[in-house]
Amino acid sequence: MSHFSSEDSSLDSLLRRDPRTEWIARNRLHPLHSAVASTGQGEVRGPSGLLRRNPHVIGFIGPNGIKRIDRENLSSAGLNSKKRTDEAKQTQLPLQIVENPDGYIMVVADMIGGRLTSHDKDILGLAHQLVAESNRNTVVVLVCFGESKETQFDLAGVDRLIHLTADEFEGFAPEARVAALMQVEVQYQPERWLFPDSVHGGTDLACRLAAKLGERPVAQAWQVTASTTVSRGASSSQDILRETPRILMLMEECANAIEETRHQVLPMFVDGIEQTPPNLVDQGLIAVDANAVPLAEAEFILSAGNGIHNWDQFHATALALGATEGASRVAVDDGFMPRARQVGASGTWVTARVYLAVGISGAIQHMQGIGQCDKVVAINTDVGCDMVKRADLAVIADSEEVLAELSRLAEEYSSPKKRLSINEETKNQEEKSDAA
Amino acid sequence: MQPNINVVSLVSVGRHPQSGRARRAEQDGQAVELGLKLAGKALTVVHAGNAQEPVLRQYAGMGLPSLTVLAQESNCDALPVLVSFLKDKPIDVVLTGVRAESGESSGMLPYLLAEQLGWSLVPRVADIIGVQGDEVELLLALPRGQRRAVKVKLPIIASVDNAAQEARQTAFGPGLRAQFNVLTVESVVDESASRWQINAAKPRPKRLKVVKAKTAADRMKAATAKPMGSGGKIMKDETAAEKAQAIFDLLLEEKVVR
Ligand SMILES: Cc1cc2nc3c(=O)[nH]c(=O)nc-3n(C[C@H](O)[C@H](O)[C@H](O)COP(=O)(O)OP(=O)(O)OC[C@H]3O[C@@H](n4cnc5c(N)ncnc54)[C@H](O)[C@@H]3O)c2cc1C
Repeated sequence: MSHFSSEDSSLDSLLRRDPRTEWIARNRLHPLHSAVASTGQGEVRGPSGLLRRNPHVIGFIGPNGIKRIDRENLSSAGLNSKKRTDEAKQTQLPLQIVENPDGYIMVVADMIGGRLTSHDKDILGLAHQLVAESNRNTVVVLVCFGESKETQFDLAGVDRLIHLTADEFEGFAPEARVAALMQVEVQYQPERWLFPDSVHGGTDLACRLAAKLGERPVAQAWQVTASTTVSRGASSSQDILRETPRILMLMEECANAIEETRHQVLPMFVDGIEQTPPNLVDQGLIAVDANAVPLAEAEFILSAGNGIHNWDQFHATALALGATEGASRVAVDDGFMPRARQVGASGTWVTARVYLAVGISGAIQHMQGIGQCDKVVAINTDVGCDMVKRADLAVIADSEEVLAELSRLAEEYSSPKKRLSINEETKNQEEKSDAA
Repeated sequence: MQPNINVVSLVSVGRHPQSGRARRAEQDGQAVELGLKLAGKALTVVHAGNAQEPVLRQYAGMGLPSLTVLAQESNCDALPVLVSFLKDKPIDVVLTGVRAESGESSGMLPYLLAEQLGWSLVPRVADIIGVQGDEVELLLALPRGQRRAVKVKLPIIASVDNAAQEARQTAFGPGLRAQFNVLTVESVVDESASRWQINAAKPRPKRLKVVKAKTAADRMKAATAKPMGSGGKIMKDETAAEKAQAIFDLLLEEKVVR
């Protein structure tokens, strides 16, 4: 197989033909045929110069004497070579360059947890559709607030990036954020403003901006072209068709995300943002009972399987970490956890950002339930189990030891915080709280 | 119940999600409930629209002695009449739903009211904790069941989230007996909305998972393989403390441990 993957590079270099070896390679009855064929580099050209594949040399004879064709390259250090082709693919994506833009489309992202959500990516895709329709030299600008952990802005279709990181945008600060957007409006006069219609702050910001600018936005838009927009109204029972306004709040899956191009991600700057002291003063997140949060919506789940033997310790750790409890079916069937806590095909499909699976083997029925989780952490004694393969961080250890250490860490972490003076505490909470 | 604060709840006509019949809108009902908790019988409930609408009796049946109706046609804009009603009144808190269940459902009304009256807007309130002096402390409903406490200077306009306390049952008799104060107001027709084309909602196409694989073997793999992560880090030989520390660092980095 290996000689086929080297085709591309050898095509670039000067082609030198050796008619004699070619002839031997074609003639299976020639005494030297097998030697020539097995050297591999003999890329065989037919009389017209076309590259010829010899189906007889593909594959190898397996241990039981049957010919095997290894199409997925599993035998030859599968993982390594696959990674290399992935990287090669990414560098091959064409870079779209826009110089001297004459218009801007602003996309204000939710960036939950500092990363672009799939909703944000869909909207970036829509912005590029609008650019393509308008035939003008417009760029798509992403506006985001606070800390960013996103590394793939270029693949998501961000031509320009306005990243506002000042302290006043942290936590819950819709007024400061709108003030910044107003300055963006003055400075760049964007053609359109696109917002995700989401509870994560997108709708709120869009409505505030629209009210400030005195423009009528469209909410729950799902079919958008440069001229017309279809949006949902009357609690999603009607489709309203109207002219596309300048401010849009878009539903999920309103367009396809960018997949085939890379973009520049050049920074743009906003200066002179006028900040007035906010009327809304953030007092920080309130501790809620993690187990009162519905399992399907919980952000952080600590899930127990058959590998948990000390259940009191498990519950204590969940409490210390502030995690919602989940369980595999075995733990539920054995009576250690209530049925409502079961994660998986016949339980709840969870959407947690972090899923910590303790002593769960990762049966497919369980994996289906955690398909939407961002980060999966596994604690298991078995390196080979499916949960470890799925996990972003896997720890091979006895569950009891690790849980003991974890609850100790959690207690150490929370106790000095309690001792902080009051004013420091509010500041600390602001830092900890996610942009909501 | 908080003494001496003037609370107004704005209500609209809802739509039952299955039958499509007019009903008490869920979030508006919760806004009335929250208003009753804050102001008791002193709560003012306002509707801009048709005074003959039977659904208004369902709101009144929640124990309201009276209900104010700013009478106007259904194609009129509710904003100007509400602004002129609320302006120059000693009102502290106006409660609305997040999105109406009928009409455009854009959710802009509270924002436009706040902008035109110059008050602060608080989105998605789950509860009002208390009023001290000219400040009010509220709980906001965040996604994933989280709550955030916020302090605001009065007067405010707050939209009430579904996470707020459920609306109480309505009683038919008291609803019928409630007094309706019908005010005639100068209303403005919503011109731009009359140009829209409105149809019954089409079901949205589901997004298909298209596999863009070059070879048949890749497609086969994509169709059959189990969902696998990108092959994360595996910790095997470290001590339990180190392993736990690595997990805890990840939890801190993702900000799920606070
Ligand atoms: C129709 C059907 C529907 C199903 N639906 C669901 C569902 O919705 N949800 C669900 O979860 N299951 C479901 N199942 C069951 C599923 O197939 C598995 O049986 C189940 O998920 C296995 O649970 P487990 O991983 O906890 O247990 P096991 O498979 O027994 O795994 C236990 C794991 O713990 C590890 N372990 C053991 N001791 C320790 C220790 N001391 N420290 C650390 N690790 C340890 C082991 O290495 C192993 O990996 C369904 C099955 C069927 C047939």
